[in-house]
Amino acid sequence: MGDPALSRRGFLAASVAAGLGVTALSGCGGDSDGGSSSGTTTIEWWNISTTEPTKTVWASLAQQFEAQNPKVKVKIVQLENDAYKSKMTALTASGKLPDIFHAWGGGVLKQQVDAGLVEDLTDRTQPWADGLLSVSKQPYLLDGKLYGVPFDIGMIGFWYNKALFKKAGISAPPATWSGFLDAVKKLKSAGITPIGLAGKESWTGMYYWAYLAMRTAGVDALQQADKNKDFTGDGFVQAGQHLKDLVALQPFQRGFLGAAYSSPTGQAAAVGNGKAAMELMGQWAPVVEADAGKGLGRDLGFFPFPAVEGGAGKITEVFGGGGGHALRKGAPQAAVDFLKFFASETTDRELVKKTGVLPVVPGADSALTDANIKAVQAQLKGATGFQLYLDQAYAPALGQQVNDSVAGLIAGSKSPQQVTDAITRTAKEEQ
Amino acid sequence: MTSTFLPDRRSGPDAGPVPPAAARRPPRRRTLHWLTAVGLQLPALVLFGVLVLLPILFALYASFFRWGGFGMPSNYTGTDNFSRLLQDPVFLGDLWRCLLLVVLSLVLQLPFALAMAVLLNQKVRGRAVYRMLFFAPYVLSEAITGVLFSMVFAPGEGLADHLLGGIGLDGLGGEWFSGTSTVLATLFLVMTWKYFGFHMMLYLAGLQTIPAELTEAAIVDGAGPWQRFRHVTLPLLAPTLRISVFLSVIGSIQLFDLVWVVTAGGPDHHSETMAVTLFQYGFKRYQVGYASAISVVMFAISLVFALTYQRFVLRRDLEGATTTMRGAGA
Repeated sequence: MGDPALSRRGFLAASVAAGLGVTALSGCGGDSDGGSSSGTTTIEWWNISTTEPTKTVWASLAQQFEAQNPKVKVKIVQLENDAYKSKMTALTASGKLPDIFHAWGGGVLKQQVDAGLVEDLTDRTQPWADGLLSVSKQPYLLDGKLYGVPFDIGMIGFWYNKALFKKAGISAPPATWSGFLDAVKKLKSAGITPIGLAGKESWTGMYYWAYLAMRTAGVDALQQADKNKDFTGDGFVQAGQHLKDLVALQPFQRGFLGAAYSSPTGQAAAVGNGKAAMELMGQWAPVVEADAGKGLGRDLGFFPFPAVEGGAGKITEVFGGGGGHALRKGAPQAAVDFLKFFASETTDRELVKKTGVLPVVPGADSALTDANIKAVQAQLKGATGFQLYLDQAYAPALGQQVNDSVAGLIAGSKSPQQVTDAITRTAKEEQ
Repeated sequence: MTSTFLPDRRSGPDAGPVPPAAARRPPRRRTLHWLTAVGLQLPALVLFGVLVLLPILFALYASFFRWGGFGMPSNYTGTDNFSRLLQDPVFLGDLWRCLLLVVLSLVLQLPFALAMAVLLNQKVRGRAVYRMLFFAPYVLSEAITGVLFSMVFAPGEGLADHLLGGIGLDGLGGEWFSGTSTVLATLFLVMTWKYFGFHMMLYLAGLQTIPAELTEAAIVDGAGPWQRFRHVTLPLLAPTLRISVFLSVIGSIQLFDLVWVVTAGGPDHHSETMAVTLFQYGFKRYQVGYASAISVVMFAISLVFALTYQRFVLRRDLEGATTTMRGAGA
């Protein structure tokens, strides 16, 4: 019946109202502060670090900044991820954003930039932003201009069980797609489930298709296809075909179509308990594997997604994303100073050590201790190309359609051609 | 409400504008009553209007737009959303699955509940315990049921596979919620587990209202157990059955929580329901116009079903009533 739509409507009205209220408040705050004779500036910092230890670490960083800049007050507003997203959508519609706000970059940031709500930081962050890790800035670079400063970066790659690979007689992680398929066959004939996959959560399957598309059609193809509203190019169909070749080997764990990602019977647990030899996942994988399952400890290894023979992409091009901050248009200088402070080597070292993010300041590398995370960092440092996570790069409907169609391909109900057609149709509808 | 309210007003010294002329009292009073009624109902009416009627109308309005959910809809697309809906294999699949679940419920779940109710209406040792046990699943929330059964039916590792393996029937298990061909059956199994107790309770309540004299009279007339069930119990239970069928069908039409928790509609849409599709488009894709169209169709289906059912039921009700009256009179 109509009820779900109703509650959504109610929710929207409420969130819009709440959003407007906040805007009104922040507007008042800004005015009074700007006009105050004491010369104190209050900057609002909206972030999504609602969990420990990040919450405390960030609060103390804000205090440090205040101590260094006596005339600046930092007001922290923390929202849970989903609440933040809907509130920001409401704020974007209302036309006023907080001074400093969490941004993932890509499509959403572009919408806000197109609406004229985001400060262009290209010149204002010179020269210190030049020193930041190049890939980490990619999500915030729109038409050559920098609209955000990262504090975290990560990427997707294969996390594998060294012991099981050894048992199957695989000496080194595969670097090519055919080598990868061979490895899968070897694992299968050794009686080992090659890959853990969470079929219930379709984004896990999408990673394969997205990486294959980057490897066959080239790193810029996914972005270009979104712009042109056309995913029917040969490279994308081939990507689907390569994925179909993999699926045909039946490499996934039993009942993978119904498996979740982080549940005790899910993808991460299958790998973490040594029941599947590898998974394609982001830098958070070791933590989730140890949380949902036992974890692999020293047996855990990382290798980048293999290159596809004859494809336009390279093995050094990464699929990933991170976190960063953007500023509202016309934000005070104090906000820029804060970003500089937050991207300093001292701060970054503290973030890496205490909150487990990957360093965006090259000098903070030495704060990393885990060998696998170091391997990820090495990949990111040597990256020659970058594609942001599709759910951040694309409009929500398009991102979901990619997930959904690829899930159909993996379940065997859609052909590679049908996948690209369905995605193209949704891309065109979005216009 | 008015009856308790009025004496108070009369006795109250400052009861507001009490009409002075006794002759004019009735019409003025009626107006006053009417005003009081409206006044008292106004808050509820406003809430109902703003939170229920307005959104329904708005959903109808939004279903004619391509709309992302923020600001007012402006991109009018006529009936595009609806024609897209009727070509969407997922939505057509939703309709088919809905029909399938309704039929399965009516053919398997409700008769099973009825059988259990008749059984537990007899003097069985410990029947109170059985009643409680069978009703217990209904008390669980759908979300908890979902989490529970996704563990029970975890392929290869869950309780179900262990049990089947224990009695040498491993071949039967394995896929459950993970198989495109087994997911709906498994889902129906869980739905039955959860809801048959509720329908059983309804039937039990209905059975208790059937006077024992009727059954005794039937026995005296030489009716066997089946004849007694068919000609005494069933007709007298008819009103309860009709309500139970109604609840079951409406429940199948708007099925969401369980599916969302266990499979999220998967694998590959094979357990998706209309409400799940609606949620996907409204909350995941932010295609609120299209989602509104789905909600409008769901609303229409429910409405048409409710109206036809009422007509159908009304006719049956009359027939049923006359038969039973005759039976009772005899």
